[in-house]
Amino acid sequence: MNNFPFLSVLTVAPAVGALVVALLPRSNPRLAKIVALVWSLALLAITAVMCVTFKANGPRFQFRESYPWIPAWGIRLTVQADGIALVMLGLVAVLVPIVIAASWHDADKTKRSVNNYFALLLALDATMIGVFAAADVFLFYAFFEVMLIPMYFLIGSFGGARRQYAAVKFFLYSLFGGLFMLAAVIGLWVVGGHTLDWNALSHISMSTSTGRWLFLGFFLAFAIKAPFFPFHTWLPDAGGAAPAGAAALLVGVLDKVGTYGILRFCFSLFPEATRFFAPLGLALAVVGIIYGSLLAVGQNDLKRLVAYTSIAHFGFIGIGIFAFTSQAGTGAVLYMLNHGLSTGALFLIVGMLVQRRGSANIRDFGGAAKLVPVLAGCFLVVGFSSLALPGTSPFVSEFLVLLGTFSTHKALAIVATSGVILAAGYILWMYQRTMQGNLNPELSTSSGFKHDLTGREKWVVAPLIALIFILGVYPKPVIDVISPAVAATMHDVGKSDPVPATRAVDNGSGGSSAVGDNK
Amino acid sequence: MSTGDVLAAQISAPHINYGAIAPLLIVLGVGALGVLAEAALPRAYRYLVQVLLTLAAQVAALVIVIVEGVRHYASNPTLTANDALAVDGPALFLQGSILILGILATLLIADRRLERGGAFVAEAAVVAGTEADAKQARHQPSQTEVFPLTLFALGGMMLFCSANDLLTMFVALEVLSLPLYLACGLARRRRLLSQEAAVKYFLLGAFASAFFVYGMAMLYGFAGTVELHGIATAALSSNKSDLLMFVGLAMLAIGLLFKAAAVPFHVWTPDVYQGAPTPITALMASCTKIAAFGGILRVLYVAFLDSRWDWRPVLAVIAVATMLIGAVLAVTQTDIKRLLAYSSVANAGYVLTGVLSMQKSGITSSLFYLVAYGFTVVAAFGLLTLVRDADGEATHLSRWAGLGRKSPLLAGTFAFLMLSFAGIPLTSGFTTKFAVFGAALDGGQTALVIFGVISSVLLAFPYLRVIVLMYLQEPAEDAPTVAVPGAMTATALALGTVATLVFGLAPSLVLHVAQGAATFVG
Repeated sequence: MNNFPFLSVLTVAPAVGALVVALLPRSNPRLAKIVALVWSLALLAITAVMCVTFKANGPRFQFRESYPWIPAWGIRLTVQADGIALVMLGLVAVLVPIVIAASWHDADKTKRSVNNYFALLLALDATMIGVFAAADVFLFYAFFEVMLIPMYFLIGSFGGARRQYAAVKFFLYSLFGGLFMLAAVIGLWVVGGHTLDWNALSHISMSTSTGRWLFLGFFLAFAIKAPFFPFHTWLPDAGGAAPAGAAALLVGVLDKVGTYGILRFCFSLFPEATRFFAPLGLALAVVGIIYGSLLAVGQNDLKRLVAYTSIAHFGFIGIGIFAFTSQAGTGAVLYMLNHGLSTGALFLIVGMLVQRRGSANIRDFGGAAKLVPVLAGCFLVVGFSSLALPGTSPFVSEFLVLLGTFSTHKALAIVATSGVILAAGYILWMYQRTMQGNLNPELSTSSGFKHDLTGREKWVVAPLIALIFILGVYPKPVIDVISPAVAATMHDVGKSDPVPATRAVDNGSGGSSAVGDNK
Repeated sequence: MSTGDVLAAQISAPHINYGAIAPLLIVLGVGALGVLAEAALPRAYRYLVQVLLTLAAQVAALVIVIVEGVRHYASNPTLTANDALAVDGPALFLQGSILILGILATLLIADRRLERGGAFVAEAAVVAGTEADAKQARHQPSQTEVFPLTLFALGGMMLFCSANDLLTMFVALEVLSLPLYLACGLARRRRLLSQEAAVKYFLLGAFASAFFVYGMAMLYGFAGTVELHGIATAALSSNKSDLLMFVGLAMLAIGLLFKAAAVPFHVWTPDVYQGAPTPITALMASCTKIAAFGGILRVLYVAFLDSRWDWRPVLAVIAVATMLIGAVLAVTQTDIKRLLAYSSVANAGYVLTGVLSMQKSGITSSLFYLVAYGFTVVAAFGLLTLVRDADGEATHLSRWAGLGRKSPLLAGTFAFLMLSFAGIPLTSGFTTKFAVFGAALDGGQTALVIFGVISSVLLAFPYLRVIVLMYLQEPAEDAPTVAVPGAMTATALALGTVATLVFGLAPSLVLHVAQGAATFVG
């Protein structure tokens, strides 16, 4: 089973699925939906087999495939996955079928083609898998940019009131960062002697100033993508205007490409520059936590509120990455997974509310729990996971991040902890204003609130909540996969833990031997 | 050589390698034949005969370029006609590209399905706006003189890419320019705009040619020869003042950069691209650009390679200005033809970025860029001809609103071409940018790459605006109709679009050919 070309199949299959769905007869949108759902479930099954096949203590990179592409430039189609990429691939595989199920009726009310909506989701799926699997920087860049197109049309064609503005802003912001990364990619190609293979590039030496400039090119693109303060302004617009399913993927997966890219490319290819710019990264991250949280408290639009909470969460991921300890790094990667689950679920549930009410304005709700108790309960549970309540999975990651950061940057960790309190503020206040208190009389007359969660919606919410609790109680299997990869990445940067905890030592040695295997 | 020597020497006819210049002879010869056909044939047969002649000449020339080029001259480049013509890799590659894109443009020119009687005026001499004009616009089919004109222009372009001395280059410049000046004024609709374009192009082009001749005279004064290798030798050994050489080069560059539409010699571009009949615009945006850069490459790499440290900064400034000003002005446009014109200006800057690398990769990447861009731009202008109003093409941006819903195939193709212009991966726009920026970095031109990236960001905005208009806005009440293309236009569009995709997905083959071709003779 180990020789099965998992990654290329996973990348190509959704693209084929997108074509199939787009070409299905438009008269029968139901067929398109079912094909898309079945297709994504099949991909989930393949991904599950792949995750089982992955050897946590094996070589750092597994499932490597490499095919010639543009020999004139020394560029190959190379894919491979380490623990970090594997976790992200798993997240993609889980979220896509759920998002397809959640978006079942989203495209019906628009005048646009329903087939296109689901074809775009599958096309997005292909690029998301490709971007995490790519081991050639050229290929990574190609997926990084092409990814914008399906998301652009998802927001622009199927989104809310300000969809045009949001779609263009999203596209231009990302392209702005992307083109600077292109300059850095080309620079890397020239410095590296006309190759862009990650494994080869991680061994080249370059002058300090070259490394720093190239780092900045990559970092700008990733900081916009993530988004870190002050490059975040596109996210509330895009997240607010996107249809709920697309927003869940946008915040749950697409934004992770930024933090994933920092770990994979900035850290391993420019270690000196990474150490040099770490204070910058930490500062942006901490500002992001506080700033995002404060703005989230002040939002009146549910979707924008969730988007701002994400900016705060990305701040946590950011300090976890730049703290340079195994715990914080592992916590950050785990956070990337958990945030995808929890914020993805939050977006989907908010989407259900917005769809029932026809408005995302918090003032249009009030006391809704009396009408839709189950939906309100799910909202509360997912909300709790978003503020990292113990027992839910984000708690584990947030705790690891703060713990790991505390051992190297005490002051930062303390400031960041205030983000936890603010999180309780914005989540609970949001819940209170929408679900509790006096029933808004307009709600009782609104037809959307006549029924609670439908069977389909239960299937959307249940797996996410289940995962949130399972990973909250027993995160070990995921951590076992992540730790060696994080340790190897930290080894690339040349940082080791100052006060190693027992677990970190185990994983650290396992990780460095994995690096040895790889060389 | 002094005058006395010339008189004293026995003048013998130079040896001409007819096999090597057969493509040129075919294209120009059939052009002359076309003029005769125009005079001799009855009106009813002219269109068919001219189209067939024009296409056959280009196909035949293309086959010879490919077969003979691969067999002999790419590996074994040669000079012929008393060293006036170079038959080497770059010349053959560019001639082949010009012919392929010329065929596509000819297919657009020949189309008579979109507009009754074709896109060209029936009697160019009739005063625009008169009774007679209205009559001819409604009823009479186009004159067919545009076909020989096209062949002469293409022949001139091919000669331009292969000219090894400045005098031949100047003759080629005029041979390619004059037919284009005429063709620009031949639009059936909006004739005043078209005639204005022709006059503007002619006047400014004449200035540019004058600069070229003046520069040539200076260089002759400096080197004692107009032959490119001779100038290169003189640059190393001459005891005359360098000033003469640099002033000469500057004047020469004005003439060349004018045709390439580089800032500040670009001012004609938007007006001419907008006013000219769209198929001619497609021809100019693809083939003329290739020819212009063919000349620039040969002059810079053959004659001025060793003095590059002195002049490269100046041209670098021009490249930066071209990229930035082209991009900024494209943002403000409301007419699609003008938008594409400014985008073509900016693209000239990107090619120049590759050229200024002054490495072998600079030649490879420029060749690759030119042919790939040519395909995309022909397809883009070809698509413009399909969106029509009562009075011809609807080129105002606002008229394109909601086309995505009305005509998904056209909008999808145009969006794809726009994404290619914006440099999104999986299109040729991305691979070509990678190629020229990579070459520029190879040649140590980091600043050019930075400005190139900034200009790409700016330029993405107008392209994206077109996509927004087509997909995200509601169609207007009186939306233009989208014509179904005839077989010829459809072929040109399909080839251009497919090439844009193939050069983006699998550029290896073209890159390999360009790499093999990237050595100048001598």
